[in-house]
Amino acid sequence: NSELFTLTYGALVTQLCKDYENDDDVNKQLDKMGYNIGVRLIEDFLARSNVGRCHDFRETADVIAKIAFKMYLGITPSITNWSPGGDEFSLILENNPLVDFVELPDNHSSLIYSNLLCGVLRGALEMVQMAVDVKFVQDTLKGDSVTEIRMKFIRRIEDNLPAGEE
Amino acid sequence: MAIFSVYVVNKAGGLIYQLDHYAPRADTEKTFSFPLDLVLRPHDERVVVAFGQRDGIRVGHAVLAINGAEVNGRFTADGKDVLEFLGNPANYPVSIRSGRHRLSSNEKLMLASRFHSLFAIGSQLSPEVGSSGIEMLETDTFKLHCFQTLTGIKFVVLADPRQAGIDSLLRKIYEIYSDFALKNPFYSLEMPIRCELFDQNLKLALEVAEKAGPFGPGS
Repeated sequence: NSELFTLTYGALVTQLCKDYENDDDVNKQLDKMGYNIGVRLIEDFLARSNVGRCHDFRETADVIAKIAFKMYLGITPSITNWSPGGDEFSLILENNPLVDFVELPDNHSSLIYSNLLCGVLRGALEMVQMAVDVKFVQDTLKGDSVTEIRMKFIRRIEDNLPAGEE
Repeated sequence: MAIFSVYVVNKAGGLIYQLDHYAPRADTEKTFSFPLDLVLRPHDERVVVAFGQRDGIRVGHAVLAINGAEVNGRFTADGKDVLEFLGNPANYPVSIRSGRHRLSSNEKLMLASRFHSLFAIGSQLSPEVGSSGIEMLETDTFKLHCFQTLTGIKFVVLADPRQAGIDSLLRKIYEIYSDFALKNPFYSLEMPIRCELFDQNLKLALEVAEKAGPFGPGS
């Protein structure tokens, strides 16, 4: 039942807005919280989905959109806008369960409501030795037609590689 | 059919969880008169039987207690050196309890860390690219199975060589870890796992795997 989930997330964001008073700080907190979720969620994902290691960013994009998003949010974003170097792509979300029933008021115009998702993706990928940058570039809450998350591969994290992965 | 122990090793090689699941081996307690017909010698922090195997006392057994009081490494409970004590005829007759030395938690920590370093040898020795690390280590008394996740955590199970189904048990332990350890917000990553629910569910999973016996699913 996703109502409780939407309500819980909403309560979280509004409480953060009260606590921090400025949108930038709230965005940062959401990203941090998302990161803490991501580093734990990745193990659940790997344990349940039995997906093997991805050897390039395209595989990673596929796994994220078709398996991970489906598993945890019940949606399958589409993958578009690949950069020529193959190191950046966009996830287009037609609908976002976090923002059901939400409208952003004018005094929170720079709030990235679903920023938790960026942290989750960043944390999860870091645990499988990928450093990425994740950000929202379009948001239906801000009047855009779709919600677009841009993911950029920064580098492979070489320190503390599990044995056999060099 | 039995599963002897489970070890969970974090990314840095530190032991974060350990469970022994076997009934303790029977110790032998006997009374001796001077002179002692067992040959004892010091070994690391203990006194072990070097020669003179008899009546259930095997070579390699450690002296566990003297006259009912547990020894403290190489010293008796009241601080005397065990070998000196047993060399003195005035202390006889004496009752000695001996048995297989149980690993202390420190020793387990060191062995886990050593295994973590050794694990990589599997992939380093391999003629093929991208080989995994050590997945199984076999001795005549047990088989060690190791599963390393993509995130670098290792789940290690020591079991009877005939026990089947360890592969799926390892995956099940991974699921139990992702549920009862990781979803507990008060558990910090990479730290020792002290979650009761994790313990309980792990023991349940071990029992299920043991019941499946040598013809269970998986290898």
